[in-house]
Amino acid sequence: MEAYDLAVIGAGPAGLAAAAAAYEAGVKKIILIERDREMGGILEQCIHTGFGMFYFREDLTGPEYAARFIKKVKAYGITFKLNTMVLQITQDKTLVAVNKEDGLLMIKAKAVVLAMGCRERTRGAILIPGTRPAGVITAGTAQRFVNMEGYMPGKEVVILGSGDIGLIMARRLTLEGAKVKMVLELLPYSSGLTRNIVQCLQDFEIPLLFNHTVVDIHGQDRITGVTIAEVDIETKKPKTGTERKVTCDTLLLSVGLIPENELSKQVGLALDPATNGPVVDEGMATSVEGIFAGGNVVHVHDLVDNVTRESEIAGRSAARYILEQKKAATLKLKTKAGQGVSYVVPQIIHAQQMAEEIALSFRVKEVYKDKRLEVSLATDTKTKVIRVRKRRILVPGEMQEIKVKKEELLAAIGTGESASGLVLTISVRKEDEDENE
Amino acid sequence: MYDVAIIGGGIIGCSIARELSSYRLKVCVLEKASDVGCGTSKANSAIVHAGYDASPGSLKAKLNLEGNSLYTKVCKELSIPFQRVGSIVVAFDEKEVPDLNVLYEKGMKNKTPGMRIIAGEELRALEPNLAQQAVAALYAKTAGIICPFTLTIALAENACTNGVDFFFDTEVKAVYAMRPGEPRFVLKTNRALFETKYIVNAAGVQADAISQMAGGDSFFLTPRKGEYCILDKDQRNLVTTVIFQVPTKMGKGILVAPTIDGNLLIGPNAHNIEDKQDTRITAEGLAEIIAGAKKSIPSFAPQKTITSFAGLRAVPPMGDFLINADTRVKGLIHAAGIESPGLSAAPAVAKMVREILAVEGLKCKKKTNFNPYRPPLIRFNELSPDEQNKLVKRDPSYGRVICRCETITEGEIIASIRRPLGARDLDGVKRRTRAGMGRCQRGFCSPRVMEILARELKIPLNQVTKHGGTSYLLAANTKTPELKEEKGGGKNGSL
Amino acid sequence: MNKEIICIGCPMGCPLTVTVEAGKVTNVTGDTCRKGKEYAEAECINPTRTVTTTVSIKNAMYALLSVRTSKPIPKDKIGECVRHLRRIEVEAPVTAGEVIVKDILQTGADLIATKSLDLYQ
Repeated sequence: MEAYDLAVIGAGPAGLAAAAAAYEAGVKKIILIERDREMGGILEQCIHTGFGMFYFREDLTGPEYAARFIKKVKAYGITFKLNTMVLQITQDKTLVAVNKEDGLLMIKAKAVVLAMGCRERTRGAILIPGTRPAGVITAGTAQRFVNMEGYMPGKEVVILGSGDIGLIMARRLTLEGAKVKMVLELLPYSSGLTRNIVQCLQDFEIPLLFNHTVVDIHGQDRITGVTIAEVDIETKKPKTGTERKVTCDTLLLSVGLIPENELSKQVGLALDPATNGPVVDEGMATSVEGIFAGGNVVHVHDLVDNVTRESEIAGRSAARYILEQKKAATLKLKTKAGQGVSYVVPQIIHAQQMAEEIALSFRVKEVYKDKRLEVSLATDTKTKVIRVRKRRILVPGEMQEIKVKKEELLAAIGTGESASGLVLTISVRKEDEDENE
Repeated sequence: MYDVAIIGGGIIGCSIARELSSYRLKVCVLEKASDVGCGTSKANSAIVHAGYDASPGSLKAKLNLEGNSLYTKVCKELSIPFQRVGSIVVAFDEKEVPDLNVLYEKGMKNKTPGMRIIAGEELRALEPNLAQQAVAALYAKTAGIICPFTLTIALAENACTNGVDFFFDTEVKAVYAMRPGEPRFVLKTNRALFETKYIVNAAGVQADAISQMAGGDSFFLTPRKGEYCILDKDQRNLVTTVIFQVPTKMGKGILVAPTIDGNLLIGPNAHNIEDKQDTRITAEGLAEIIAGAKKSIPSFAPQKTITSFAGLRAVPPMGDFLINADTRVKGLIHAAGIESPGLSAAPAVAKMVREILAVEGLKCKKKTNFNPYRPPLIRFNELSPDEQNKLVKRDPSYGRVICRCETITEGEIIASIRRPLGARDLDGVKRRTRAGMGRCQRGFCSPRVMEILARELKIPLNQVTKHGGTSYLLAANTKTPELKEEKGGGKNGSL
Repeated sequence: MNKEIICIGCPMGCPLTVTVEAGKVTNVTGDTCRKGKEYAEAECINPTRTVTTTVSIKNAMYALLSVRTSKPIPKDKIGECVRHLRRIEVEAPVTAGEVIVKDILQTGADLIATKSLDLYQ
């Protein structure tokens, strides 16, 4: 049994940031556990640029961004284990992990940061009918083959899903000589960054078909083609009569990411069905004392810069927990996704403990232009609007942020209010709602 | 010259192979796919039925009962998991209750043990998540769940260890009776010629075609498709037993069952089709089985589906198994039309086929050195921490977890390739180890499993296939001068 | 001549109509902020892109080394650049930032490694 102050599960951008931040806050015995053969997580296969534009004010590739944190972790002398899989974690923060050299590792930590990232949604999960040939592959897995092993998944590709991974792979495959015939998107808009639509599709004249999906897969051993169809905008069901066959030797799926919370479920954390990740508070603490979480395991991010920021908060909170051992104060607010909003992170705010200002992350349900965001606090007796902000553009594919100050929350709660039933809601105002302050 | 050539390496063919391998006979199995159990054997309900369903006096009834009781011993010898979870046939309104009684009566005639009609509190206590409308159910204690491909592979491995030759990618194209009236054949395949005295026709949906090739009895097998969904493990505890609905003339209906590996299985529907190669999943079929399963367990979450698949039942013309010596061609034995309860009956089918061969003149002498035991597979995730630690110290390849969803290690994958009749492709590894069956559907592990296969089989990464044949997973190397010119994937350049 | 493009300065993605005459941008409509005009200028007269790809590497943990151009290169040279790089093979060890190809295709941009790969048996 090895004893550590802090165990961090996953050495991708989230884990690296949490470990470094915890060290900088004074925690000395840290162990970083990584199942892959190097640190850096998914960034190691993201050889394109777009990372670090906010955190470093530089346009870096994935490996370059990761390298900055790997360097820190090594300079700090933080222990790290590679090719090591965490098998089990219990509420008393005991971990069981395994690797070739050590065999079974038992680790007892004072605090744990969960940074396991996410997995890709599969063909099976979205129930695409048809045969089950070789040649149906998710974008992330294809990216690994192309960028690290050096193999193409195929030569004639249809991509389902216009999220960023699909768009990036459209460009990558084209640059490496494949023909990407089209990108199909179920919704009437793309969840990917506009920058990627321009630089990955338009640059290569790859058609993007909105309101379309794949309704059949053909081929016995290897895929020979797909049948695509237009979908009804409301029901998302394929419209009969719109089906047509497209030949291809590869179907690339970019149909969503799901936070990987098997260990979280094992340890009995409360999960939020809206995010598929743990319920966390403003310090990224989960519902189990001493266990924190950051990055894609909490909610799927678009920018790694936000993963880093969020995970640094987790690391610092873990550090405070380890060094100060103080119990949480009781004034607790729940956050809520109001009109037009699909989820809010953190789900819980401790109004007395929080920093002077915190950022609430959220995503909207549809595309909104020139709208106002409203943050309102509801107590048992009244609702008070805390903040209204104008936004030119809000899209589901880009995570949003709105800041709230400790003093304005405490002022809105007032004195003598019951500590239970405090709800902070973020919503998108409808056009004709009156301003009320 | 073989004594017996078994055409078809599914559950029936491999059961027969193992049975015959305990005798001093020269036996081969000719399988057209690249592995055993690639047909209906890998796409069924995975249930060993209690035996009340078949018509009393039929072969189905007799062999189901016999097979069910043989499974305890078979699974122990082969070291494969088998759980008698029990089954219930549910009546969802009063009108269906008489059907339960009909099944009960049949079951009594078939000598099915451990049956009871249950209702009310007892039914609720047994299956708390059953739909409110359920009024009563026929409970059968001896029904069990098993992994059909683990079973098929284990049977084949044991048969192989005991001297049976297996030939894969070998499709029978023509059957020549050399001396009509005497058991003596030449089988022409896409690969080689095989000489044999006796033929056992266990060719699944193609058994009628094989009989025709040999000039044997004419019968027509109707391919009847059944579609299934497998759901994530967090859905498994919605059920305790295998939950059936009252059967129709098309079959046992849509069931909701736990799987031996801890998932939830729903399906199958039943539709007759024309094309014997058609195992496509259809949108209508998926909707049908989800709706059907909801009738039994309304609270399951269809969005927790991991994967879907379809299998074809080989439906015999008169409704009963066709297990007999061909009446026209001496030496040709059929084990055909083995639809449900085929899996349940398999060990008994094998014995019956051997008896028929003996009657047809095959001298069967028991081997003294027959070894019915198959060394168990090491399952890392089933060991205690202490055992796991010792294992890794002994063989470090067990310390590297490859399949994160199911916790399968490199050591297990290597073992699955090196065992007799070892895996040679991704699906082969999947069926022997479970790597790739989890919720990420091999998104994480496939590069690593492919790397291990390439290394063990000494082939380049882009020649690794999903399920043999031309199912190459990767095309060309990214660094070849012109991707369009490069011969991708297989040796003949096709992808 | 009029060109229709989407501005990628911010997530608004304003559709712009850009008039190009004699190699100069003479008019831009559809822009809603200063960035629009700047982007239109750059994109219509001399569109450039940073190229990120891989080159083969020997004796390293992976078969490929990820690389990038040190600055954006003309868009119409991307294809040639990637084809040219297929023939290159480097050897481990390589340090991130190291120049792999100097002044690639006379664009003034170097091709640099974006990852460090040690010697690996």
